[in-house]
Amino acid sequence: MSEAEEAQDAASTRNGWLLSAPALVILTFAAIGPLVIMLVYSFLTPGATGNVVWKFSTNGWTGIVYARDIFDETWKLVDAHMVIFWRSIKLSLITTVLTLLIGFPTAWFIATREPKARAVWLFLITIPFWTNLLIRTFAVNQVIRNEGVLNTVLLKLGVITEPMRMVYTDGAMLVGLVYVYLPLMVLPLFAALDRFDRRLLEAGYDLYASRMQVLFQVILPIVRPGIVAGSILVFVPSLGAYVIPRVLGGGKQMMVGNFIELQFGQGKNWPLGAAISITLLIVVTVALVFYTRAVSGEKRDG
Amino acid sequence: MARRSFSATSLPGFSAIAVATFVMLYLPIITLVAYSFNASDSISQWGGLSLKWYAVAWENDQVRKAAGFTLLVATLAAVISTAVATMAAIGTTRRKPFRGQTWIYVAINQPLMVPEIVTAVALLIFFASLRKLTGYSGIGYMVAAHTAFCIPFAYLPIRARLEGMDLTLETAAADLYASGWQTFRFVTLPLLLPGVLAGAMLAFVTSLDTVVITEFIKSPGQDTLPTYMLGQLRRAMKPDVNAISTGLLLVTLILLFAFFLLTRKRE
Amino acid sequence: MSQAIAVEARNAVKAFGVGAQAVRALDDVSVMIRKGEFFTLLGPSGCGKTTLLRLIAGFEMPTSGVILLEGADITYLPPNQRPVNTVFQSYALFPHLTVAENIGFGLKMQGRPAAEVRATTGRMLALVKMEAMAGRKTSQLSGGQQQRVALARALAPQPKVLLLDEPLSALDAKLRKDMQIELKRLQTETGITFIFVTHDQEEALTMSDRIGVMSAGKLQQVGGPRDIYNHPVNRFVASFIGETNFLAVQRDGDGLRLAGGPRIEMPLGAASVGSALTLAVRPEQVRLVAADEAGAIPATVSNLVYIGTDTQCHLQMADGTEIVARVQSTASGEAGLVVGQRVGLRFAPGAAQVLED
Repeated sequence: MSEAEEAQDAASTRNGWLLSAPALVILTFAAIGPLVIMLVYSFLTPGATGNVVWKFSTNGWTGIVYARDIFDETWKLVDAHMVIFWRSIKLSLITTVLTLLIGFPTAWFIATREPKARAVWLFLITIPFWTNLLIRTFAVNQVIRNEGVLNTVLLKLGVITEPMRMVYTDGAMLVGLVYVYLPLMVLPLFAALDRFDRRLLEAGYDLYASRMQVLFQVILPIVRPGIVAGSILVFVPSLGAYVIPRVLGGGKQMMVGNFIELQFGQGKNWPLGAAISITLLIVVTVALVFYTRAVSGEKRDG
Repeated sequence: MARRSFSATSLPGFSAIAVATFVMLYLPIITLVAYSFNASDSISQWGGLSLKWYAVAWENDQVRKAAGFTLLVATLAAVISTAVATMAAIGTTRRKPFRGQTWIYVAINQPLMVPEIVTAVALLIFFASLRKLTGYSGIGYMVAAHTAFCIPFAYLPIRARLEGMDLTLETAAADLYASGWQTFRFVTLPLLLPGVLAGAMLAFVTSLDTVVITEFIKSPGQDTLPTYMLGQLRRAMKPDVNAISTGLLLVTLILLFAFFLLTRKRE
Repeated sequence: MSQAIAVEARNAVKAFGVGAQAVRALDDVSVMIRKGEFFTLLGPSGCGKTTLLRLIAGFEMPTSGVILLEGADITYLPPNQRPVNTVFQSYALFPHLTVAENIGFGLKMQGRPAAEVRATTGRMLALVKMEAMAGRKTSQLSGGQQQRVALARALAPQPKVLLLDEPLSALDAKLRKDMQIELKRLQTETGITFIFVTHDQEEALTMSDRIGVMSAGKLQQVGGPRDIYNHPVNRFVASFIGETNFLAVQRDGDGLRLAGGPRIEMPLGAASVGSALTLAVRPEQVRLVAADEAGAIPATVSNLVYIGTDTQCHLQMADGTEIVARVQSTASGEAGLVVGQRVGLRFAPGAAQVLED
């Protein structure tokens, strides 16, 4: 490379950084920097009225799973915390499986429409995706609450004599999670199925495969990266859900997100809240590393 | 003779599940919208068509104030995030990949990757200290938080547009004696404009959609429509919440339509 | 019937769309393809050849008409129940499977025992000389290698008929020539009926036992390569296969007269009844003679195009009609002609074909 070319490259790189700088400054101030500060806070001591006292302590971290028994001063696993963590993981996993089961046929349906119709169906999936999460959660709430539409209709039809209690249960949260995060499953699945070479289907049928064999031995293995991507895109926000359990779980059935909030509110234990947040962040980052691998794997094979 | 032709793309039951999914997706939203026009006081009893809940919402000072604040924050966040995202998009495309570029991508997409609740409490911690330190508790925090959150949404469509752009056009402009700035002003920018507008739409919609961050960092009197609605949850819900939702829904829908028109591939 | 019939299409019609917009991709096609032959469907794109292939494969069902496989009606049998396999234009190899797994796919789907799948796969790998690549992913293969895998995969289940949909079109010229020979060898070795679709006349002429020429959804002519080349039944076949001069001629007693030109001695078949006819002459059948030779058609050289071993000689006749002759180039690269030279034309006896339309 000539000197002039090197100088040009250096100038181009410098411009790249300069142009990106304003965005990076804002992101450092209002997104990345605060995470670092939160990491510091997780090693401090809770203040009596919230916030922190600047005294080093690892109680925020140990407090995630252990607590000192107030009677015999021994460290014990905190069952209440475990219940919340387990509920979060369980609900997120079930949500992922359910959205996959109904999202895959939906994405297939969209991908196999004529181009014009496909654009319309795709738009219909995108609208809920961009609609305010709170509005969608309220909509579910209004359908399933005691005096909601579902109960009213079932009562009128005489199927039930008393309103079913559906809100403020794990089931209600599950319905909400599936409803809200379904587009996050359908969209990457659609992208994968759209790239899927339709001629392979004919090759499969030509070689004596049945419908189910074509599905399980041709389609699913080939679009697996899309399935992994969709699953992670659903699992990650489900695990960090806050609004859905608050609106549909009624504050009693907490998930990790609500548990974090509790530490910054009535719990008055900021270090614990910070430690749990960082734990959640680590879990999510690990999941996203798998996601990146899945997506780049798809590009490599396709 | 009605023997069905063989279709390689059909799979048993898939269409039925898909149609059921679409019904499931839209039934609650349609119900929510329908009950915003309900004359009855309850959100479950149908009492005939009426616009009364829109009037109730509109006459509520809190709602009006929240609506104004929502639009103000969304507009500021959309404008700022789109401006910095456009610069960053130009800075990270159409040049030789440079060291650190990946880190810029990671930083820009960071708000997409971190759970909103985590960002929210991190901002709560940071802004609480800042408030104590500076005594300032104005709109700045909210705008900064929303802007940061909106940057990736503005950045992605702009970058997509830039990557799809024909580089030879700029070479052609340079060949026709345009200076670097002239090339940008008269060739790149006009071609990029649909992408910039699309990015701004998504940023605006994203700001409207932001609930958790807003709820955690708001100072007293800084309610947006979503946090106002969340606050109503403790009370017996009235259909005025449906009216507010419908209004927000309408704004989102209009912006989405605009976005799709802007990003539609031309034949 | 001297030979058993492998595939028969009877009055096959395939219409796409409905009502006034309906397009007949196949318009009443009937054809019999013999067991063990290399049959080629030849025609330009959109002529219906691929549609006919897809009807035989089972990917499409005809609007009307019947498809028979060894005498049995398979018109509405789905493709996964037909003992017929296809080599796709794009190969359509499964990207998630290895070469060997691709080849064994059909047998596995049929539920054959694992040992048999392995044995047959091994034989097929040997047949297409791909043993060394058995464990590779198909994306790591060259175009020619993918082609071989596609062939082996389609042959592995021992189909009664192998369908090949323009399988050589994605290969470069040199590789295509090699694969033509390879395909012919495979067909002879396996004895399986091949139905080969192509728009390349040269490919068709080199490999086929018989050719079916198609145009506009109709089968124009079926016959051996020589038959089709030397005795095209109509203008389309004559023009699609090889180069041809078409000359408007009038019936003149038992001979022909060029429009505004001299009489040509030409024995006319009983078929030629009309008075306005077309004479089809291949450029290599046009002989150039001295301008004043008796019975020769006078013409002037208007252009000379050197194309290697031959020179294309464009000639203009007295009435302005253009005709092309192919003359062997001399050692110096010239045809011994100059533009503007006056020459005489003759057609070798029996080389010109009289067409009616």
